Amino acid sequence: MSDYLDKLDHLTDAADPEYGDTAIQNYTINFGPQHPAAHGVLRLVMELDGEIVERCDPHVGLLHRGTEKLIEYKTYLQALPYFDRLDYCSPLGMEHSYVLAIEKLLNLEVPIRAQYLRVFFAELTRICNHMLNLGSHVMDVGAMTPNLWLFEIREDCLNFFERASGARMHSAYFRPGGVHQDVPLKLLTDIGDWLDKRMPTLFEDAISLVADNRIFKQRNVDIAVCSKEDALKWGFSGPMLRGSGIPWDIRKAQPYDVYDRMDFDIPVGTNFDCYDRFMVRVEEVRQSMRIMKQCLSEMPEGPIASLDRKVVPPKRGEMKRSMEALIHHFKLYTEGFHVPAGEVYVATESPKGEFGVYLVSDGTNKPYRCKIRPTAFSHLQAMDFMMKGHMLADTTAVLGAMDIVFGECDR
Amino acid sequence: MSDLSPAPRIKPIEGLADALRSALGDAVYAIKDQHGELSVGVAREALADVMETLRDRFAYQQLMEIAGVDYPERAERFEVCYHLLSVTKNHRLRVKVRTDEDNAVPTVTHLWPVAGWLEREVFDMYGVLFAGNTDLRRILTDYGFKGHPFRKDFPLTGYVELRYSEEQKRVVYEPVKLAQDFRSFDFMSPWEGAQYVLPGDEKAHGEAPGAPTPVPAPPPPPSPVAATPANAPVPKTTEKPSQTGAGEPANTDAADRSPPQDALPAGATKAPVRRSRTKAATGDEPATPVKPKAPRVRKPKGEA
Repeated sequence: MSDYLDKLDHLTDAADPEYGDTAIQNYTINFGPQHPAAHGVLRLVMELDGEIVERCDPHVGLLHRGTEKLIEYKTYLQALPYFDRLDYCSPLGMEHSYVLAIEKLLNLEVPIRAQYLRVFFAELTRICNHMLNLGSHVMDVGAMTPNLWLFEIREDCLNFFERASGARMHSAYFRPGGVHQDVPLKLLTDIGDWLDKRMPTLFEDAISLVADNRIFKQRNVDIAVCSKEDALKWGFSGPMLRGSGIPWDIRKAQPYDVYDRMDFDIPVGTNFDCYDRFMVRVEEVRQSMRIMKQCLSEMPEGPIASLDRKVVPPKRGEMKRSMEALIHHFKLYTEGFHVPAGEVYVATESPKGEFGVYLVSDGTNKPYRCKIRPTAFSHLQAMDFMMKGHMLADTTAVLGAMDIVFGECDR
Repeated sequence: MSDLSPAPRIKPIEGLADALRSALGDAVYAIKDQHGELSVGVAREALADVMETLRDRFAYQQLMEIAGVDYPERAERFEVCYHLLSVTKNHRLRVKVRTDEDNAVPTVTHLWPVAGWLEREVFDMYGVLFAGNTDLRRILTDYGFKGHPFRKDFPLTGYVELRYSEEQKRVVYEPVKLAQDFRSFDFMSPWEGAQYVLPGDEKAHGEAPGAPTPVPAPPPPPSPVAATPANAPVPKTTEKPSQTGAGEPANTDAADRSPPQDALPAGATKAPVRRSRTKAATGDEPATPVKPKAPRVRKPKGEA
């Protein structure tokens, strides 16, 4: 023992003359870029004082693909699938903003059935997205089972997307002027049955495991509290803003498509912490189911895309009979349609928050500039302010409650 | 123009443009209402004050987005667009400033901390400077990236590509190599505004100056067979058999051994032919191993 003390004394002498004291300094660690709880390629450079986070500097851009630049070299229709690949957990939410921006520039009328279909599948996307986020959030703080159960629902959603559009994830289903193709009646009835029976059972079962769970609450309640003023200053949107107690939902405030016909509630948080954000999303899933049921009962028959032949390509069957349709098809898939010069900023309520598209057109068939306003970018920036003074282990809870996908954050 | 599209419906605020004009004074150089969206062009120097007024007096609480746009033909080529949102008045507003590579835009990070990263992104992508932003690092591009990729004069393909080098055991950067040139078609109609002469049109005016005639194909490499200089006039003659274009003479030996086609009886097809060939192979060269050959089947002629 005395040997050890001598050694210690010798070691600490130089740094600090006082006997027995050891000089320590803050420890800097990398969280990621390869970390299962980072939800993608996020590198957090964190300065720790013991286990307390002093400073947190997120390094993003590791998944930057230059989507906005690529879009400048594509026709309006060719650029559409890039939006699926931004937030690959909720592809149709991204497409929604883009097609609405084009339609606003074109001043294009969209048939009612197409608007219903868009709202219907946008809400299915919201469910699909929240299943992933809620599941991964609970897994980040230590629970395994709910994630597996929620993924079962997500799997159902993906199967529905496949039946509607042919693709499980990157649907490219929303098109300027409407949707790509009509859905079979059987699909709608199947989704109706699913909403009535399977979905609520599975969902409530999974949530009942965590919503009142002691460990889950210990990990989330009072973590990363963010006041209303801070939430506004840091550019929060979507569930993050509502979790901070601000009843703001673009679907209600600035309704697009047929959201003004829908009857739904906006959940808000009361304690502004990670648990509130989680519960806001849980309630949003229930509200999405409500909206989808309304869509199913109200959806009229009719065309599923605008009848403007200069924007919407003709269907295959028509091309077999009409020379004009064939010419239109060729022109629209090679040259594309020309969009009048102008600029619009269109933001929709994507599952993660306000997803905006600032589209500048110069009158040609390609966008002059397409700025994508991601949700995760602003949320992630607040990481430093939200993490300050929290424990290292809370990082995953905060990240999970932010719902970040790097395809969208880095573009 | 009535608004037909199903895009988000935002109720316009009556008299907002006039109110902005009187409140902001000389700082505003243009107010445009397009597609129901209000854009306010603002002098660069006054930006911070204008934004503060908009946030505090006009209740635009949120800064949602800062978008850079590049117009290379303008004197001040960059446009920085700030998208503001008022959650109390339920309205959106766009504020624009113009700048170039050298003149910095005043930062708004003291009003909205969210502007920090948004300004960093515009700096990264366009090289627009923001005076007062204390953390103006690159954000989306690679560590050590050079250039500002979203400028219109930056090529879509970039300048470098990277790969993992097995020899150096690390990722190496190399100048970008394309198997095929990047092609970009402008789809401008030649009747309405295409700015170039179509291939073939230059012939209408003789050698018109400025007509971008296609680059001639490079001369083919000199072939080793034709040793004569390319320019020497060679009269086209048919003196030798090689000039006729005929191939090598056929194997006359083999033709001699097989019975003449005409002499074959109508029924005899393969059998006699095969026998004679096998006999020749075994009889003539017993010492050396024979190269295995697929039995050749000759099709009788004149049999239909």
